[in-house]
Amino acid sequence: MKRHLISAADLSRDDALLILDTADELAKISERSIKKLPTLRGRTVVNLFFEDSTRTRISFEAAAKRLSADVINFSAKGSSVSKGESLKDTALTLEAMGADAVVIRHGASGAPHRLAGWVRGSVVNAGDGTHEHPTQALLDAFTMRRRLGPLDGRKVTIVGDVLHSRVARSNVLLLNTLGAEVTLVAPPTLLPVTVDSWPCEVSYDLDSVLPKSDVVMMLRVQRERMNAAFFPTEREYSRRYGLDRDRVAKMHDEAIVMHPGPMNRGMEIAAEVADSPRSTIVEQVANGVTTRMAVLYLLLGGADLGGEIQ
Amino acid sequence: MTTTVIKGAKILGGEPADILIRDGVVAEIGQGLAGDTEIDARGLIALPGLVDLHTHLREPGREDAETVETGTRAAALGGYTAVHAMANTDPVADTAGVVEQVWRLGQEAGHCDVRPVGAVTVGLQGERLAELGAMADSAARVRVFSDDGKCVSDAVLMRRALEYVKAFDGVVAQHAQEPRLTKDAQMNEGAVSGRLGLTGWPAVAEEAVIARDCLLAAHVGSRLHVCHLSTAGSVEIVRWAKSKGWNVTAEVTPHHLLLTDDLVEDSPVGSYNPIYKVNPPLRTRADVEALREALADGTIDCVATDHAPHPVEDKETEWAAAAMGMIGLETALSVVQEAMVETGLLDWAGVAERMSFAPARIGRLEEHGRPIEVGAPANITLYDAAVRAEVDPAGYASRSRNTPYEGRTLPGRVVATFLRGRPTVLDGKLA
Repeated sequence: MKRHLISAADLSRDDALLILDTADELAKISERSIKKLPTLRGRTVVNLFFEDSTRTRISFEAAAKRLSADVINFSAKGSSVSKGESLKDTALTLEAMGADAVVIRHGASGAPHRLAGWVRGSVVNAGDGTHEHPTQALLDAFTMRRRLGPLDGRKVTIVGDVLHSRVARSNVLLLNTLGAEVTLVAPPTLLPVTVDSWPCEVSYDLDSVLPKSDVVMMLRVQRERMNAAFFPTEREYSRRYGLDRDRVAKMHDEAIVMHPGPMNRGMEIAAEVADSPRSTIVEQVANGVTTRMAVLYLLLGGADLGGEIQ
Repeated sequence: MTTTVIKGAKILGGEPADILIRDGVVAEIGQGLAGDTEIDARGLIALPGLVDLHTHLREPGREDAETVETGTRAAALGGYTAVHAMANTDPVADTAGVVEQVWRLGQEAGHCDVRPVGAVTVGLQGERLAELGAMADSAARVRVFSDDGKCVSDAVLMRRALEYVKAFDGVVAQHAQEPRLTKDAQMNEGAVSGRLGLTGWPAVAEEAVIARDCLLAAHVGSRLHVCHLSTAGSVEIVRWAKSKGWNVTAEVTPHHLLLTDDLVEDSPVGSYNPIYKVNPPLRTRADVEALREALADGTIDCVATDHAPHPVEDKETEWAAAAMGMIGLETALSVVQEAMVETGLLDWAGVAERMSFAPARIGRLEEHGRPIEVGAPANITLYDAAVRAEVDPAGYASRSRNTPYEGRTLPGRVVATFLRGRPTVLDGKLA
């Protein structure tokens, strides 16, 4: 494994499988009454969040704490950053405090790459702008594997605002690495103009893709996109690209429905679909903690896990 | 009456000759000439002093990035004897007062001639015309007008500006960037921007404005100059406009002749390094090839540096927060040698045309851009094309260090620069 996890492209197939297998082992701990391992005792993990994302932050926080790491939460709001401190100065501050890993969420694509140049510890990208969110892709792959088994040859359809989605970018890369076949479905306005250079298929017609999909992953669509003419109205978007009960009926029996959250119920996904047995949305949240434990464990510890879990 | 003789220089790369300078003028060219001061120029190429149509000197307002003093030192070290100082200062150079201030600072510095560019619109706001005539009539004798950094996107305002400057033989230099198509844009829209999740800056945003402006210039019979062409499509449009006989000229920057957008993804200085963030953005290899070809065949008239200094803190940030621009005065000739001469696309006479004669014609500079011949002002650059060296900005005269070439090996070195017979640079150092 590389020192940082910034892009899903940083992971070889072996790396990705090691993370998923490690997460499988760690999941067993989550089922115990005492969920804590001593592995990262004395190590410091900083959660550096420039964007509000309570879900992702507490997921990383829980992961680090279950490995006994010291966790420092640094939220940009109300901190020195809101007084104009630069990312570099924040990085140097964390460096001086001896952060072993920095988990960064930032609104600017590429911010984790810059950070990695300024700190000695491992950098974990927890979402950068419209670029990537590799641990989301890992927890999604983990969830798919638990439901469906190995991902080789599995057909995954990702639907929605691909253009602005860091989840989509990381998933396309990781799923390709793991041998799955990805199809992106979106209105043409919400796909990059050069999407044909991505390792996946593209369709504008959700109905034609659903019957052969093993996984349908719905992306959050921001209503503000309407104002920039990406699509005409919420209702039109929902009619053409939303996943409702009628569309789910076209999926085969084992196929699952995923969503990285937070959802717009009634827009990209109908409430009854989100709450159906096909939906893995709540599992994804739980799996997020174990997958992130595996990432922190392998980046910071890396020792053999076998002895600790027994 | 002191005389200087440059011994054995190859004028435009030709046969070695001696150049005798008296009273700031080339007095004689021949063999075995003698003078009070002798400069050994054996092996060096003599070029007419370079002229830059597009320089950001940042003064007044951003003296932390550059001043007229430091910027013109950099220009002299790069072989320039005249630069056009862009108008996007603070306050904006949109009045006779500001352009005269910049012009006077240039006179006082004395490293090269400074010709201020006047803003087209008040405060670069794109709403009403600045007092273009007052700037033209001022001591600074402004002939080039530009809102550079911002596009004159209003078609009526652009038409009026093109028409109005005819009265004093001015030219509007357009920064072609359709603002709506480039809202929040970060880098060339293409495969790399798609992967990196950076908002795309489509080629059409440049090309659409250039096409419109060529048509406007033709309609009103005016002169149009297009700043920093960056796409193959822009080249095609300018080529078409020229084929119609319209009075359109164009420039290209050294960096658009050499660098491509994939450096944003992967470079020796990492991913997302804003050292490569520039306006217009770095484009693709196909664009670079088209720009080189266009500069070679004359579709693009000249090389202009778009020297854009920024302090370290404006580049040591995340990509989206970083300032756009690169310094270029001290590397321009080397980059042109690498991109155009070593590829066989231009000879040294061609370099002289594109980096001295043409920009001087477009800017209406009478004393610059003249062939090295008896009677011409002795604005001369001596260049050693045979050396190669690694770029190290530590020694640059510019106050800023935002060069994209650090660590890269480039050919050539400016050995001496003469401004009206007076050396501003000797032995590669300020004289």
